[in-house]
Amino acid sequence: MSLLEAPVRVRTAHAVVAASGLSRQYGEGDTTVHALRNVSIEIEEARLTAIMGPSGSGKSTLMHILAGLDKPSEGSVTIDGVEITGMNDKQLTRLRREHIGFVFQFFNLLPMLTAEENILLPLSIAGEKPEREWLQELLDTVGINGRRKHRPSELSGGQQQRVSIARALISKPSVLFADEPTGNLDSNTSKDVLALLRHSVEELGQTTVMVTHDASAAALADRILFLADGQIVKEVHGSTAAEVLAAMQEVSGR
Amino acid sequence: MIAVALKGLLGRKTRAILTALAIVLGTGMVSATFIFTDTLNHAFSGVFSKPYEQASVVVSGKQIVTGAANTPSVPASLVARIKKVPGVEAASGGFLFATVKLVGANGKAIGNGGPQFGFGVDPADKRFTPLALTSGRWPSGPGEIAIGAVTAAKEHFAVGDTIGAKGTGHVHHYTITGLAEIPGVSSGSATLAAFDVRTAQVLLDKQGRYDSIAVVGSPDVTPRALAARIRPLLSEAETVRTSAAEAASVNKSVTGGISGFKYILLAFAGIALFVGAFVIFNTISMTVAQRTRELATLRTLGASRRQVLRSVLLESAVIGALASLFGLVLGLGLFKALETLFTGLPQAGTVFSAQTVVVTIVLGTGITLLAGLFPALRATRVPPIAAVREGAELPVGRFHRYKPYVAGAVIAVAVFAIAAGVLSGGGAKSVLVPAAGGMLLLFIGVAMISSSLVAPLIRVVGAPARRLGGSMGRLASANSGRNPARTAATAAALMIGLALVTFVAVLASGLESSTKGDLTRQVKSDYIVVPDTSTSATYFDAATGPALASVADVTSVSAVRSDKARALGSTVSVNGIDGATIAGVYRFAWKDGSDAVLTDLGNGAIVDSKWAKTRKLSVGSPFQVQASNGTKRTFVVRATYHPKFQAVFGGILVDRSHFDRMFPNPQNGYVFVNVASGASPAATAALAKSLRPFSDVTVQSTPGWIKTQLNDIQTTLDVFYAFLALSVIVSLFGMVNTLVLSVFERTREIGMLRAVGVSRRQLRRMIRHESIITALIGAALALPLGIFLAAILTRAMSSQGLSFHLPLTQLVYFAWVAVVAGVWAAVLPARRAARLNVLQALQYE
Repeated sequence: MSLLEAPVRVRTAHAVVAASGLSRQYGEGDTTVHALRNVSIEIEEARLTAIMGPSGSGKSTLMHILAGLDKPSEGSVTIDGVEITGMNDKQLTRLRREHIGFVFQFFNLLPMLTAEENILLPLSIAGEKPEREWLQELLDTVGINGRRKHRPSELSGGQQQRVSIARALISKPSVLFADEPTGNLDSNTSKDVLALLRHSVEELGQTTVMVTHDASAAALADRILFLADGQIVKEVHGSTAAEVLAAMQEVSGR
Repeated sequence: MIAVALKGLLGRKTRAILTALAIVLGTGMVSATFIFTDTLNHAFSGVFSKPYEQASVVVSGKQIVTGAANTPSVPASLVARIKKVPGVEAASGGFLFATVKLVGANGKAIGNGGPQFGFGVDPADKRFTPLALTSGRWPSGPGEIAIGAVTAAKEHFAVGDTIGAKGTGHVHHYTITGLAEIPGVSSGSATLAAFDVRTAQVLLDKQGRYDSIAVVGSPDVTPRALAARIRPLLSEAETVRTSAAEAASVNKSVTGGISGFKYILLAFAGIALFVGAFVIFNTISMTVAQRTRELATLRTLGASRRQVLRSVLLESAVIGALASLFGLVLGLGLFKALETLFTGLPQAGTVFSAQTVVVTIVLGTGITLLAGLFPALRATRVPPIAAVREGAELPVGRFHRYKPYVAGAVIAVAVFAIAAGVLSGGGAKSVLVPAAGGMLLLFIGVAMISSSLVAPLIRVVGAPARRLGGSMGRLASANSGRNPARTAATAAALMIGLALVTFVAVLASGLESSTKGDLTRQVKSDYIVVPDTSTSATYFDAATGPALASVADVTSVSAVRSDKARALGSTVSVNGIDGATIAGVYRFAWKDGSDAVLTDLGNGAIVDSKWAKTRKLSVGSPFQVQASNGTKRTFVVRATYHPKFQAVFGGILVDRSHFDRMFPNPQNGYVFVNVASGASPAATAALAKSLRPFSDVTVQSTPGWIKTQLNDIQTTLDVFYAFLALSVIVSLFGMVNTLVLSVFERTREIGMLRAVGVSRRQLRRMIRHESIITALIGAALALPLGIFLAAILTRAMSSQGLSFHLPLTQLVYFAWVAVVAGVWAAVLPARRAARLNVLQALQYE
């Protein structure tokens, strides 16, 4: 119970994303739902941060707000030191182009484009020319070099997710948000995809935030934040899957 | 982003094609109209300009009255005087495009309602005729004729045969010396007859006169200068023009009719395009809704609102441009169909102008873009977070909550515009423009509020499905109400076509009942004699009266002379009646007067009370009437009558003896006949026999004649239905589209239904019922709307005697058509739904 009264504060040397005093309510009056209550966090550079929590804990809401997809009722978010909570649509669009990458649970690839075209989509949206070497490196890294001309329907789930990771990385974002990236994959494929995310953090220094309820996924993270009832209730660094599971049970069993 | 939009389009080919089809029919009709009218104009200008190419100036009679029984002419003696004018090299009088009917061996006029042209050719100078001989030789004396080669082939005439021909009088017989055609133009069902100019004068009853004189000037004199030199020789009934001006004026009078026709065709094309715009609006809205997650993903990847807008608009633009191109091709096909439909017209090479291409493509693409603009704007409101939400829905627009007020305002403006139009009492333009604009607005307004009418309407029109369709029928009824906005928009497209069909049907029903009532009330005689349908003439030989009177059993013959004249600044009909007999065959609706005035009319005139009022005439006022040859005469108003909506004859009625003294070559408009024992087959045969020498008139019992008049209305109505059917077909494409898309959306749900035991057949039935319910909603909106519009127009024209009459059986039939349309539209989507693999459908994301 003491955890609820004293939310954990996290401070690090260099924060890519910083949020303070985030609250988010849905609805009004008696039916008000408090998805987030006074959450403050900082996301460190070149680290894989996992956000865990039972469903309804507010983990997705937190990620949506950090990524500028949703607006907090109170509090502020900065990305690379820039305040984003007051941004208008135009500014947010620029922000997404330059600073944010997304990986979705359901991949969200465009069915009519090839794998390579899907990867290059963010650049073509921004009207930028792709660097051939970087593209080649990405294709090699995510391991779909031989399938670059295939369409999503011709790829397995794991391959589709790897394409979507490459799509998120192509613009070298300040931070990559992954929303249940393994939620729609079997365990073997999950392992590959997680290894890929881990690799991008270590080799490319890609700051990554991953929302998951998969303990083995979270175990790969440098740092795990546990959410319950809209608050950060626990923080764990470098754990095994078993430890994560135990922590998870502790959090949800309260 | 452009690539994304284009590839997206390629990935949804069927949908793109179905969407495009909605606009193809409309653009096809636009291009067909342009090709058709351009080709006709070209053919006509080929026919009517040619004879003037060789001349410098043309002298002709001044046209005082348009549509008169006699064309103005000039005295033949003028030729000799013109020849003496310095600078004149040659002058030749003749007849061009006069009306001469050819008469076959059976005594009937040849032709199918096409123009019947006669030419008087100067034997010494043939360069002014548009005709070229194809065989034989030119006719060169009395009793000789050349006829059109096409007519000769069709009617089995050859050089050396004898053929009848008539102008305004009796049939004369001639020997065919040659066959001729107008080079470069197929004359269609028009008949051609050429004579030596003197023979033509006799036939046309214009002895010593010509219709026109073609004058060739020496090279050093400009046509204008030559015209100025000739002008002092002419009386005020004659005029001289440069040949270019003459050709332009002749062309204008001919092509004026074509441009009226063009606007009617374009109006129908416009309706089809309007319906197409609805369908496109609906389809693109659905496509955008289904692509919500895709669009949101693009937004999370950094696409701006503007980029989303552009990608959706680009899709519309490509669909519109493709549809316009197909429309151009379809237009060529439709043009061929129109050409075979109107065989009577002269034909020349197909004219496919750059204007046709530009107008079709700009119109097709523009309308598609406009229809796609609203869904595209809504697409920009898709928030990026929709990419991660389950079952994302398209957000409602910023102004959504004002929609009912806007709809109300639109309907109010529409009704006001229609009322202002029909009550303006002005010309066709001041009535049609606001009324048509108001109708379009009314359709948009009703479509806007229709989404709130969907739920109550489903309760009514969904009843048969719920009662008779079993569980699937109930499901279908519920499905129709799931997305009221979409159901409403789909139904609205069908509504437009059906509402217009209903409007026309109700109006026509009133027209028919008014016509029948009016004609029955006016004509009291047993028989009526009118021009035969094979001729385009409105007047016929005055000698028919005495011929009919000589038939045994005939108790009374009353011939009515007719012609056009000028009075008080405008052209009016003038009829010469026989005061002694007219009261026995025709019932007047007197306003100020009685049958007593008929017997001693003298120099008196009976006039339309409305006409008299606007010209400030009353009983006792004198006014002047001028005939087509310039003769003037003053009449005094003796009585006035109420105008009829469907008058047998109207305008000014004068005594026949005065008419015959004043008008050149007086002709009959009608002859009314009473027989002793009433109409009978024997009497009909006897009367018809007496008319044989006249070849181009027909006798009908009065009820038979009224039936013919009603048939004519029905024929026009059928043409209207055929054109309006196009817009109903367009809305059918819309229904197919909506169903295909909603089946696609519900893939997982359909998989679930199949998994719990719904058979393929049941699934098809469900889709079919959904389709029928949508169609019936369209009909339920359309019928009251059409009746309402017809009622407004009838009300506005009630002072002219048009009555309101509901054609109930037809209205039931239209509702039935809607059901059939629903069944058809469901065929393809139902088959698609039934073919879905259950397992795959269940796993479909």
